[in-house]
Amino acid sequence: MNYTAGIDVGSTYTKAVILSEDLRIVGRALEPTGFKLASMAERTLERAIAEAGISRQDVAYIITTGFGRHQTTISDTQVTDLTASARGAAFLFPGTRTVLDVGGQTMKASRLEPDATVKGFRLNDKCAAGTGAFLEKTARYLGYRTEEIGPLVATSKQAVPISGVCAVFAESEVINQLSEGTPPADIMHGAIVSLVGRSVQLMKRVSMEPEFTLIGGIMRFEKMVTVVKEQLRQSVNVPPGDLVQFTPALGAALLGQRRLVKLAASPAGGGG
Amino acid sequence: MAYAAGVDVGSTQTKAIILDESKRIVGRALTATGANVIRAAEQAFQEALQSGDLPEAEVEYVVGTGYGRYKVTFGNAQVTEISCHGRGAVHLFPGTRTVLDMGGQDTKAIRVAVTGEIIDFCMNDKCAAGTGRFLGAAASALDIPLPELGPTALRGERPVKISTTCTVFAESEVLSWLGKGKKIEDILLGVHQSIAARSVGLLRRVGVEDQVTFTGGVARNQAMIEALDARLGLKTNVSEESHFMGALGAALFALDRILASRAPAASIPAAS
Repeated sequence: MNYTAGIDVGSTYTKAVILSEDLRIVGRALEPTGFKLASMAERTLERAIAEAGISRQDVAYIITTGFGRHQTTISDTQVTDLTASARGAAFLFPGTRTVLDVGGQTMKASRLEPDATVKGFRLNDKCAAGTGAFLEKTARYLGYRTEEIGPLVATSKQAVPISGVCAVFAESEVINQLSEGTPPADIMHGAIVSLVGRSVQLMKRVSMEPEFTLIGGIMRFEKMVTVVKEQLRQSVNVPPGDLVQFTPALGAALLGQRRLVKLAASPAGGGG
Repeated sequence: MAYAAGVDVGSTQTKAIILDESKRIVGRALTATGANVIRAAEQAFQEALQSGDLPEAEVEYVVGTGYGRYKVTFGNAQVTEISCHGRGAVHLFPGTRTVLDMGGQDTKAIRVAVTGEIIDFCMNDKCAAGTGRFLGAAASALDIPLPELGPTALRGERPVKISTTCTVFAESEVLSWLGKGKKIEDILLGVHQSIAARSVGLLRRVGVEDQVTFTGGVARNQAMIEALDARLGLKTNVSEESHFMGALGAALFALDRILASRAPAASIPAAS
């Protein structure tokens, strides 16, 4: 059995997925990226391999993706995170035409062709107000940790308007709201509405079309998905559970399997 | 003796200046703005009176300025901080044609006429990049007190190139440079150069005309002065009063009103 690995070296977390020949996920792992990208990628891969209960030699092809993909030494090849995300999203939801990926430090919107290739994309990685960092900062100003955002915002009944122009200047806005007695949950909800507003703008710029697939760690917050649906007036696909964070790594592993098939078919290949 | 006062309620600090009729500074005070803006304005004013041992009754006119100028409840009038910085800069450096005011939360580029009147201005108030907050982010990332940022940067020899725009992302970039083994001095020198580059961009939008006067709290930072001068290719005027420039301008406007109210009756010649 030939396995492939997809490793997504993101700005905040490194994710690895081990995929079997029959395209089943047999192992995965997630680690904070930190500053030693190469060794962290190696460690995440080792953990995913251990979870799969296989050995390193069973992994016939490794593809890295994400912002730190070139800083690792273990991969056979690298693909952009847009390509990997598109492949992963279309595998999980074949009708996907628009992918929205909101990560810790980036927001990406891409349009897909029916064959899961990327037709067009837009991204924001210049301003934290358009990324998950905006929610993390807002939570911090409110005195909550990132993990507490989901449970907190679930209790909100109504979002207060948060301008969302700058993640730094949001601090004074948050303090003003708190001093007026606004519940933290409603402020957090407001921050989510603001962030989603930005993501819809980004999707409009790639001429969005259904079906929509939402990925990235931020989408674990149910409220985030609800607000996207409200603003799009559309249903959306969301990979189940924490798979939402592993979609690009899954896509990379899928591309690895495809590469193995091609190598086997070509006269020079066959080994692996 | 009649006195004129200017109270500058900034986002971070509140400054007060009291002038006598000959435009001499006879009282001054500085206090943190905090959450109670009205009280901060009162406190700064009272402390300024005490510093010069001046009776409150003899202060004939008070002008409020800064973002909290309408919270100066005892003020007779309000003038924008842009007008006040222009006025203060031209008073101290009559050759001033361009003013850069770098404060805790915003940076302003101002073109002034020979008379001190505002010709044009441009400000960075939607995004914390290029403001004092950028320095604050670097300080907290590196765990260095704010006043030591400048002196530390001055020891830098090989500045790193800070590539992020967003203040939030700058924090992680600073840490990643540290992770790559760069010296704190060189990182901070890079941070100062990055802010200087952004400020010069703002200045060019109003047009840079010699002389340039650098005001605001950040103008006390020698490394920032040097980075700015190098980027502009000229020597900026920096006064010991740079931090009080807005309050000084406000007090000068207050003195105008006092003198104008007397002019018809006593026909005192206009002050030089």
